[in-house]
Amino acid sequence: MGTALDIKIKRANKVYHAGEVLSGVVVISSKDSVQHQGVSLTMEGTVNLQLSAKSVGVFEAFYNSVKPIQIINSNIEMVKPGKFPSGKTEIPFEFPLHVKGNKVLYETYHGVFVNIQPQKGKFSPSPVHFTITPETLQNARERALLPKFLLRGHLNSTNCVITQPLTGELVVESSEAAIRSVELQLVRVETCGCAEGYARDATEIQNIQIADGDVCRGLSVPIYMVFPRLFTCPTLETTNFKVEFEVNIVVLLHPDHLITENFPLKLCRI
Amino acid sequence: MAPAEVVTRAVRSGELPLTSMASAETDEACAVRSVACPSQAWRLQKALCGLCGTGRCPSQTWRPGAGRGGVWMGSRADGPRTSGHVTGKMAVFPWHSRNRNYKAEFASCRLEAVPLEFGDYHPLKPITVTESKTKKVNRKGSTSSTSSSSSSSVVDPLSSVLDGTDPLSMFAATADPAALAAATDSSRKKRDRDDNSIVGLDFEPWANKRGEILARYTTTEKLSINLFMGSEKGKAGTATLAMSEKVRTRLEELDDFEEGSQKELLNLTQQDYVNRIEELNQSLKDAWASDQKVKALKIVIQCSKLLSDTSVIQFYPSKFVLITDILDTFGKLVYERIFSMCVDNRSVLPDHFSPENANDTAKETCLNWFFKIASIRELIPRFYVEASILKCNKFLSKTGISECLPRLTCMIRGIGDPLVSVYARAYLCRALLTEMMERCKKLGNNALLLNSVMSAFRAEFIATRSMDFIGMIKECDESGFPKHLLFRSLGLNLALADPPESDRLQILNEAWKVITKLKNPQDYINCAEVWVEYTCKHFTKREVNTVLADVIKHMTPDRAFEDSYPQLQLIIKKVIAHFHDFSVLFSVEKFLPFLDMFQKESVRVEVCKCIMDAFIKHQQEPTKDPVILNALLHVCKTMHDSVNALTLEDEKRMLSYLINGFIKMVSFGRDFEQQLSFYVESRSMFCNLEPVLVQLIHACVAYCFITIPSLVGIFTRLNLYLHSGQVALANQCLSQADAFFKAAISLVPEVPKMINIDGKMRPSESFLLEFLCNFFSTLLIVPDHPEHGVLFLVRELLNVIQDYTWEDNSDEKIRIYTCVLHLLSAMSQETYLYHIDKVDSNDSLYGGDSKFLAENNKLCETVMAQILEHLKTLAKDEALKRQSSLGLSFFNSILAHGDLRNNKLNQLSVNLWHLAQRHGCADTRTMVKTLEYIKKQSKQPDMTHLTELALRLPLQTRT
Repeated sequence: MGTALDIKIKRANKVYHAGEVLSGVVVISSKDSVQHQGVSLTMEGTVNLQLSAKSVGVFEAFYNSVKPIQIINSNIEMVKPGKFPSGKTEIPFEFPLHVKGNKVLYETYHGVFVNIQPQKGKFSPSPVHFTITPETLQNARERALLPKFLLRGHLNSTNCVITQPLTGELVVESSEAAIRSVELQLVRVETCGCAEGYARDATEIQNIQIADGDVCRGLSVPIYMVFPRLFTCPTLETTNFKVEFEVNIVVLLHPDHLITENFPLKLCRI
Repeated sequence: MAPAEVVTRAVRSGELPLTSMASAETDEACAVRSVACPSQAWRLQKALCGLCGTGRCPSQTWRPGAGRGGVWMGSRADGPRTSGHVTGKMAVFPWHSRNRNYKAEFASCRLEAVPLEFGDYHPLKPITVTESKTKKVNRKGSTSSTSSSSSSSVVDPLSSVLDGTDPLSMFAATADPAALAAATDSSRKKRDRDDNSIVGLDFEPWANKRGEILARYTTTEKLSINLFMGSEKGKAGTATLAMSEKVRTRLEELDDFEEGSQKELLNLTQQDYVNRIEELNQSLKDAWASDQKVKALKIVIQCSKLLSDTSVIQFYPSKFVLITDILDTFGKLVYERIFSMCVDNRSVLPDHFSPENANDTAKETCLNWFFKIASIRELIPRFYVEASILKCNKFLSKTGISECLPRLTCMIRGIGDPLVSVYARAYLCRALLTEMMERCKKLGNNALLLNSVMSAFRAEFIATRSMDFIGMIKECDESGFPKHLLFRSLGLNLALADPPESDRLQILNEAWKVITKLKNPQDYINCAEVWVEYTCKHFTKREVNTVLADVIKHMTPDRAFEDSYPQLQLIIKKVIAHFHDFSVLFSVEKFLPFLDMFQKESVRVEVCKCIMDAFIKHQQEPTKDPVILNALLHVCKTMHDSVNALTLEDEKRMLSYLINGFIKMVSFGRDFEQQLSFYVESRSMFCNLEPVLVQLIHACVAYCFITIPSLVGIFTRLNLYLHSGQVALANQCLSQADAFFKAAISLVPEVPKMINIDGKMRPSESFLLEFLCNFFSTLLIVPDHPEHGVLFLVRELLNVIQDYTWEDNSDEKIRIYTCVLHLLSAMSQETYLYHIDKVDSNDSLYGGDSKFLAENNKLCETVMAQILEHLKTLAKDEALKRQSSLGLSFFNSILAHGDLRNNKLNQLSVNLWHLAQRHGCADTRTMVKTLEYIKKQSKQPDMTHLTELALRLPLQTRT
């Protein structure tokens, strides 16, 4: 029978901050007793800058500068060589989370270009009010052909706490054309670069419909979006890379009009 | 006498002839040897046969003499092996019973019947006019009868076409909304119950409403289901697209949804649609059970998407019901899963837990679900799915649900279609009644609102605030909405949920104070009826008695009860439902006076039925409580007396079942006298219901069975067993009959040699002979027990006869064997001489099966061998006179019962004839008469072979 090895971390949400102690157990379960050469546990934190197929050309220039940056590394020997008895063996462990040298521990994050392992910021609300009419649009080709509409609304804050939802209101005051859908599009903008140049890319990471069909005029529709945990992190700006977020309010009108209003966000964790 | 002693010892030590023989032949004997009871010997022996294989025939098992020969045959037999068969040295005479035609024999003995011509006068002939008519018809010939039958079967071709099978009516039948609702209802009933127990705490009234909605909103239009399970694209991680590209894809997706993609299931009938949804529900459960949580979520999302399609608008409400069922299922699954995570080794989470009690893993899982749902792209599914697991907020924070409510409510504003948005609101209300209530309560004491609150909200909620409600009701303005309706509503809630313990009595007092003042009997009874439940539930018989007394007081004037039978009936039902102990119930003083209010017979009988039903259901122990007996006898008598010529069979069966249930539960323990007198009383009371009489017969039979052993006189006991067995048999109580007969058989060995008759000691053998002959006559018709062997009673009896210590110089045993031969011959007949009505004897059970006959014949052979052996020993003992008379009697038996066409039997009879005359002991006149009889018989058809026999039977002249 095979031997199974599992690492269980004590904290259920698996979120740890710098200076805290990461603790858990290594579980070894086997039907028979197992001979082993010792068990050691390594914790490693890296920043990995990856290349996108699309921007290979840009990156090749500073290829060497994007090798993984190690920010945390510790190793402990848990058990000396010997034998595990049959059944389940649990070996507890603890790791202090200390950053290597003068590096900063970033929040774990899986982006397309940037992957970060485990920051803090200050939060002050910054409400934004907006009005959208055909006149406010920037790149409309034939403004005259657009149906008339007036949308008003506000975001309670563009400085957002990452664990709190993005909130606000949207009122369709009037619209000649029927509304098909109103959506909130969360976009992440990643910028990687060095002295030689930089690569910038925007990705939609979440799209939430807040209105479906021709909604009642004059009645506020709530803007509400929970930030996805895996794909967002606090807004980040370092010498090598940047991670920023934006939200688009997308209004689809009959028959085929798409209106977008963009709001840059600043995410932080308290 | 030495032999007798030997026998008794043998019986005492369990060494039966059978068992000792078995021990000589098989190794399994030890199993048998331990058996002391003679009546079991045969059965075990049979089991043994099975063990040994097929070789041994059952007739060998009763083989008298074998192994015990020494006891009564002197030195001749010295062991089971040498005298394996007693008749070893004699020719074996196979028995062949003569076929008897009892009817013909009977006919030949009686006066000739002269058929009466039609129209002839006879004083006993029934005078019926109709009979002559039918006869005429029959005489005409068969044509008339066929024409009459064909006339009845003539069918109108048109009506046959229209006989419910045309497409229209078939369609109507399948589209019957009620049937549809019933079908879906039954399939979901169980789930509804589950729902009500867990998720449904908030949904109490929903279960009732969903059925109504499904039945009401139906359609004949074709429906479609639009599912695309793969639409979970557009998630983060896909390659980046230029804005315009993204817009196009998004627009296409929207178009897809509106115009319908290939994944659509089109042209579904309503039933198809329902089935399909039911399938989805099932696959949701399956996915969940197989740990495919994401798939489960996808199913739920796709289902809730269907709610944005309002194309067949009249079906939308039903669709809403069907789909929210799925959502409820999902919500329940998620809730249960998270709940189960909180249950660690130590304790189970209480129903009303606080978020602190939930552990981190549970919270994390719960949070994950909310995150997952928050990322659902489309508005409608996101709304519905979140609402469905709203209850899970309890794990996260105390105020979670009430915080979510306004947000979700506002979220609905984003739904453009008014119908869809209204239904979304409805769903939210269903999920969040409790929070809604708090708001209503603040709105002041409007009676109508109060009533709506009490009828729509969860009973538990109302119950815990009963005192507040009573206060509010009191302050209400009577003119707008009558108070009794409010109290009724409150009472309904209290019947469903319990108020706090400390408030209970005060609630009752406050409520009843108002109720008892109601002047209109209708208002009063409507209100009281509801509150009886509450009273029964929480209080003792004293309070219930007071309430019943109050009801009687209100309903008696002007015979007000006549208009309120349904309510009064309900009161009785509720009281019965809560008082399972009938001695307590009947000690409620006003209970019987309350019953007296049911003066209309049909209602009265209904109430009695309810009472008896409850009694049968709840009475665990037999009772002899005079209070219960008196009251229930009265109740049963009421039911019985309602039976008349018009009573339906079904009704009679029901009543009999109830009365029988009562009779069965009455037991006076060892006081048989009282038990019997109870039966006697019951018999006189319930004489119109046959099943009850049958029950009483059963009871009496049982009574006999337990009473007979207490008697002293052995023959009294034997005869009573026999009679009781006969009575039991006559009443089709087969197993009881068997028990009697077995008891009789096992009593036979106890018959002493001498018995005291009128102060004189007399030998018992002649009485025993008389009894046994009588017994044999009964045994003819006793059907074999399916689990015992063929003729098991006869075999057991033979075992007993074999073991009985007979007088040394008596031939009684052989006389008995002769009788057994008669019995066995009668048993081998195709149809028996007599039967008991409704009891199938062996003739119809075996239907002349050859195996049965073979077994029977083998028994006969053994019996014959015994008789012959005995005749031989008589010659030795110089008891020639006895030998002669026995020989002649045996000859007569063969003549009467045997088939003399059989050569061996024929020869045997000739031998016996000679034996009877050999020493000049025979009575010449008897011999002459016998011969004359044979000659006379030979003239009968089928008896011609007797002529030849007669020639071979010489008459010995005394010289």
